[in-house]
Amino acid sequence: MCTTCGCAEGDTQIEGHAHDHSLEHHHAHSHNHDHSHEHSHNHDHGHALMATHAAGISPARILRIEQDILSKNNAYAADNKSYFKQHGMLALNLVSSPGSGKTTLLTRTLDDLKAEFSQAVIEGDQQTLLDAERIRATGVNAVQINTGKGCHLDAHMVGHAVETLKPEDNSLLFIENVGNLVCPASFDLGEAHKVVILSVTEGEDKPLKYPDMFNAAGLMILNKTDLLPYLQFDVDQCIAYAQRVNPGIAILQVSATTGEGMQAWYNWLRELHQSIQSNTQNQTTITNN
Amino acid sequence: MHEMSLCEGVIQLIEQQADEQQFTSVNTVCLEIGTLAGVEIEAMRFSFDAIAKGTIADAAKLEIISVQGLAECPLCKQQTEVTARYDLCPQCGHYPLDILAGEEMRIKELEVQ
Repeated sequence: MCTTCGCAEGDTQIEGHAHDHSLEHHHAHSHNHDHSHEHSHNHDHGHALMATHAAGISPARILRIEQDILSKNNAYAADNKSYFKQHGMLALNLVSSPGSGKTTLLTRTLDDLKAEFSQAVIEGDQQTLLDAERIRATGVNAVQINTGKGCHLDAHMVGHAVETLKPEDNSLLFIENVGNLVCPASFDLGEAHKVVILSVTEGEDKPLKYPDMFNAAGLMILNKTDLLPYLQFDVDQCIAYAQRVNPGIAILQVSATTGEGMQAWYNWLRELHQSIQSNTQNQTTITNN
Repeated sequence: MHEMSLCEGVIQLIEQQADEQQFTSVNTVCLEIGTLAGVEIEAMRFSFDAIAKGTIADAAKLEIISVQGLAECPLCKQQTEVTARYDLCPQCGHYPLDILAGEEMRIKELEVQ
């Protein structure tokens, strides 16, 4: 059990994050959630539940809670977000089905942008350290989170991974989520955007089949476009479906293998990184004045 | 199966409430889940039984109130029940609609003693 935030993560393993806590562990960011939340109070009207009262037992009472089930995750996500902001970091949550080419896209990106940005990666998978090892082969720092039976990363795991990883200020932080187009949609990690990666070897109707994820994403990357000549994948239809679910979504077509279209992705990253830098600088100026 | 994590969240919030509100057992947990929240109700029931074991909510009955998706067209202001995020306005065909209800994932009430 973590003495600082009280966590017991079950099957989750974070590389380099000892969870026996024989040593006092230091949280890089505030994890003592002193969040305001609605307090329950007793009402005697409009209840969904009726209190029962049996003799000899302390009387049952109804507590109106009205608390969001994700409120704990959202509080950790808010902490992560403010940490990223303070440190001028651009954090992106990469989501997709298994096999969309996320890790290939990521390793190519890391290689191509190595000279330009400080970068760090949090890798989420149910099992194995294989992806983190692929990332580290590019020379970029990575930490692997194994979720065990869990199907998504949550903001609390990411907070601990950031603590272990200690990315440099102003860096790009890529969080590669567990391959799954359903569950990660609900869990905010504190990222600037979700980036959903769809490969043309999948169906063009995936945006309609998994609307929550495509609705939550700021960018869709259509990957493996070099394979289009061999497939019956209707790119226009896929884009129309994505825009139906999310009219504001940005869309890029790339092949992480041949490099086609990757410059547009890098420009998207540069612009976003730049805007975060200007915001951070403005904040600093305001504080200094 | 993120319903498992959602149930863990429910139990954590109940345990926090138990400290604040001084109760030692939970008879009933009442949740409100919207039809657009991406939650499988049956998976939620299954997970709750598994996760609640050995906790303060061990013997608790789970009640789930389903909240129907409701949206308003930003153009013609028509309100309509929706079953998916990408439903069109039945009056003018516009999308996307502004979702008014159906995204809830809330603990509504607890019966405790």
